Amino acid sequence: MYSPEFLKKQKERRLKWEKEAEKFRAKKSLPRFFTVSGVDIDELYTPESIAQSDSDESSFDRIGFPGEYPYTRGVHHTMYRTRLWTMRQFAGMGTPKQTNERFHYILKQGGTGLSTAFDLPTLMGYDSDHPRSLGEVGKCGVAVDTLADMELIFDGINLGDVSTSMTINSPASILLAMYLAVAEKQGVPFEKLRGTLQNDILKEYIAQKEFIFPPVPSLRLITDMMLYCSKHVPQYNTISISGYHIREAGATAVQELAFTLADGFQYVESAIEAGLDVDQFAPRLSHFFNAHSDFFEEIAKYRAARRIWAKRMKNKYGAKNPKSWLMRFHTQTAGCSLTAQQPENNIVRVALQALSGVLGGTQSLHTNSMDETLALPSEKAVLIALRTQQVIAYETGVVNTVDPLAGSYFVEALTDQMEAEAEKYFDEIERRGGVLQCIEEGYFQRELSRAAYAHQRELEKKERIIVGVNEFTMEDEGIDIPVLYIDKQVEKDQSAFVKKVKAERDAEKVKATLEQLRQVARGNGNTFEALLDCSRAYCSVGEMCDVLREEWGEYTETQEAMLPT
Amino acid sequence: MTEQKIRVLLAKPGLDGHDRGIKVIAAAFRDAGFEVIYTGLRQTPQMIVDAAVQEDVDAIGVSILSGAHMTLFPAILDELKERKAEDIILFGGGIIPDDDKAELEKLGVSKIFTPGAPTEEAIQFLKCEVEARKEQ
Repeated sequence: MYSPEFLKKQKERRLKWEKEAEKFRAKKSLPRFFTVSGVDIDELYTPESIAQSDSDESSFDRIGFPGEYPYTRGVHHTMYRTRLWTMRQFAGMGTPKQTNERFHYILKQGGTGLSTAFDLPTLMGYDSDHPRSLGEVGKCGVAVDTLADMELIFDGINLGDVSTSMTINSPASILLAMYLAVAEKQGVPFEKLRGTLQNDILKEYIAQKEFIFPPVPSLRLITDMMLYCSKHVPQYNTISISGYHIREAGATAVQELAFTLADGFQYVESAIEAGLDVDQFAPRLSHFFNAHSDFFEEIAKYRAARRIWAKRMKNKYGAKNPKSWLMRFHTQTAGCSLTAQQPENNIVRVALQALSGVLGGTQSLHTNSMDETLALPSEKAVLIALRTQQVIAYETGVVNTVDPLAGSYFVEALTDQMEAEAEKYFDEIERRGGVLQCIEEGYFQRELSRAAYAHQRELEKKERIIVGVNEFTMEDEGIDIPVLYIDKQVEKDQSAFVKKVKAERDAEKVKATLEQLRQVARGNGNTFEALLDCSRAYCSVGEMCDVLREEWGEYTETQEAMLPT
Repeated sequence: MTEQKIRVLLAKPGLDGHDRGIKVIAAAFRDAGFEVIYTGLRQTPQMIVDAAVQEDVDAIGVSILSGAHMTLFPAILDELKERKAEDIILFGGGIIPDDDKAELEKLGVSKIFTPGAPTEEAIQFLKCEVEARKEQ
């Protein structure tokens, strides 16, 4: 990029400048200049900082142009000038009927994307009338037991016209099967269905811990589903490889980057092992990252992620279709950065985090509500969160040009540094025997807990300041935030409904399809096709998961993974 | 005579898997010199109280972020009553609205910590509470 003569001059000038700067260094405004992740940042970045990409050729290789390999500058040629990111706000609560009303409201406001949150019993594969579901039904999302609930959620919504994202992991195949069964009933061909299934089980073992089955059969569920969808549901994103939860569980930015991509490469390898051609499924892989508070660190993270993904997909996995190289991702602002103290300050945090996602080139964005450390978000808080995205899109001017931060000495140096640090983690994971082995021995889990504890100690020692929490605090805040409560009636209604559906369905068909699922689970057939047949017969999420639990066993964390640090 | 170490059982009840908070608390208690037994995820109230009685702990700490706190805390209190183990301190943390917090503390939960509470506060609370119960 720079000629040797230029760099020589540059160094001479810098050394001269250093002498002058030295006069001011005795005084410091902050004790330490470091990122949220604990990475020390240099006082100044110069052309020397990015001299690594020294020649013209490697500059093209590393930074290049947007819409072109290695996609450091973004996945589209013209980015937000052609199309803004999708403002996709995650929602779902109570009964299927309540969620259906919310979806109709969103569509009436001009939205074309739906994003479904499921309650914990659904995520864990229990029906609403199961004893373990007590107190959890309809709380963190909508309750789904059988196809009858999915029919209610999408009642009056043509599935050929909307894109639906579903945040579910262990039983993801079941929920997608039910979604397909609804489409079938509506007469919508599977080829027209669009949306994203989270379906990322590896990060569940690592971070969010909503797992049911052991890793090996869980990966089989995913590859079976990818195989089916690559043939029959070609427009549906079969997986959203998620760093969000890894970060929320305590990871640093580099850990989020490295562990998420390592998970992604594991899915690619599993699918290739199962006999799929990489270009057959890779274009339907999507990603999901966190937007934390350290502005430039986050931007560098997104840029490094795209570059690493493109390089590996092309060079290591031999993908030939450019669509297999490019990393599309969703972003959500960091729930773990929000404070219960002076909660209005969270609006500012979310705005800055969202801006980093946009400057990092995200394809879609969820902005958190200011009140979510206190309770489920209220309507007003949700509206402010959405308006924040609109202000960024329409008022700040950041969408006017593609990747405005490219070429910044700091941003490019930090991007290079994060890529190098991630590579070190990939080596370490490989040395330990791969992603599954690292999960078993609790390597990821301990890395996260250690980082979370270190962060907490920094706060308590005031080495790190959080406004309103350990500095600039107020004695009597008098917080008056309206709290959203889920009516206890939801649980009663939903339990009664699943009992009614079970009583009215064709019991013979239920028995036959569940038996077929058992045989497939024992053998080598495609589990997704069996789950689709079960769903059509109104088998419940709990019944299908019970069969798989009986055949495959349930996963519990190893002692090593439970250690606090 | 050397002071007896405080024994505390930590657990995640219900279906929620978010364990960042409870692990930070476990590390902080350990570093404060407590004996910590972490029984892990998806423990039923019966499992938690069984383990607490068996391990003869001074206190049980649970973390709930799923909104199921008004079901799970009372179930643990009932179980403690049934096992005549009401001398064991029950405390917890999570996303718990103020009104619920007040009601739970009225029902017999010794203390609810909400986001932003320093670990030192939980350590001091437990030291005082265990001391107070021993004097009774």
